[in-house]
Amino acid sequence: MDGIGLNHYLILSAMLFSIGAIGVLVRRNVILVLMSLELMFNGANINLVAVSYFHPDLTGQIFSIFSITVAAAEVAIGLGLVIALFRNKEAINVDEFNLLKG
Amino acid sequence: MSQTAFYLISAIILGGALGMVTSRSLVRSVIWLVVSFVGVGALFLLLEAEFIAAVQILVYAGGIVVLFLFVIMLVNLNELKRVEYLHRQWLPAVLLVCVLLAELGFMMWAGTQGSEPPPPDQISAALRTVNGGNIETIGMTLYTDYILPFEVVSMLLLVAMIGAIYLAKKRV
Repeated sequence: MDGIGLNHYLILSAMLFSIGAIGVLVRRNVILVLMSLELMFNGANINLVAVSYFHPDLTGQIFSIFSITVAAAEVAIGLGLVIALFRNKEAINVDEFNLLKG
Repeated sequence: MSQTAFYLISAIILGGALGMVTSRSLVRSVIWLVVSFVGVGALFLLLEAEFIAAVQILVYAGGIVVLFLFVIMLVNLNELKRVEYLHRQWLPAVLLVCVLLAELGFMMWAGTQGSEPPPPDQISAALRTVNGGNIETIGMTLYTDYILPFEVVSMLLLVAMIGAIYLAKKRV
């Protein structure tokens, strides 16, 4: 691995996280917001695995397994919420869910 | 050689992510998401984390993407076609995220200045060849040192499964 240090991986994960954050903030579709959230999770996982590789310790990889599990649980709950919302309001855009607005 | 591989995989990951965020059609977004996930899996292979790469492909590109496709098919696609797809706040949001990216980049650049970790050729021998390979080492560590978090996370999965079934039931 010549010339590619830890910084390269950290910058790549920061860029992936930022693209995911742009997707969360910019798109109106709830499903796409959840997908962008998965991108942000992936950025964090790249961080964990890269640090575990450059500082020789397996804890980062173990932690990324837990992070992937939490992401799977989160997406199951989120998509269940999307289905319940769609059944009740026939809407899929985030700015149409304004029932709690004062 | 691995330098080329890193830049190629990075281009695949970031291109897939950008395509997902900017694509109008939801199904196309999911396909771009698969591209990005497979790229991240390849990056894990490059980091010699074979088990995480396999989990990444199985859980993300296999499970989560199929779940997204199911939900997209459940909601009405014709309804989605004609709405405008960006929020009103898109310009401030993009500017804020650019500021965030600059902060993160500066933090990483300043934090690792002068303390760059050694090249992994000499450090990785102790990590990976304890008892054979990466997968066996991860299994040993997961079931001895991290057995309590492992059980807690399995309880979390159980709770999430019950919650998802309850939320998606017919009459909530």
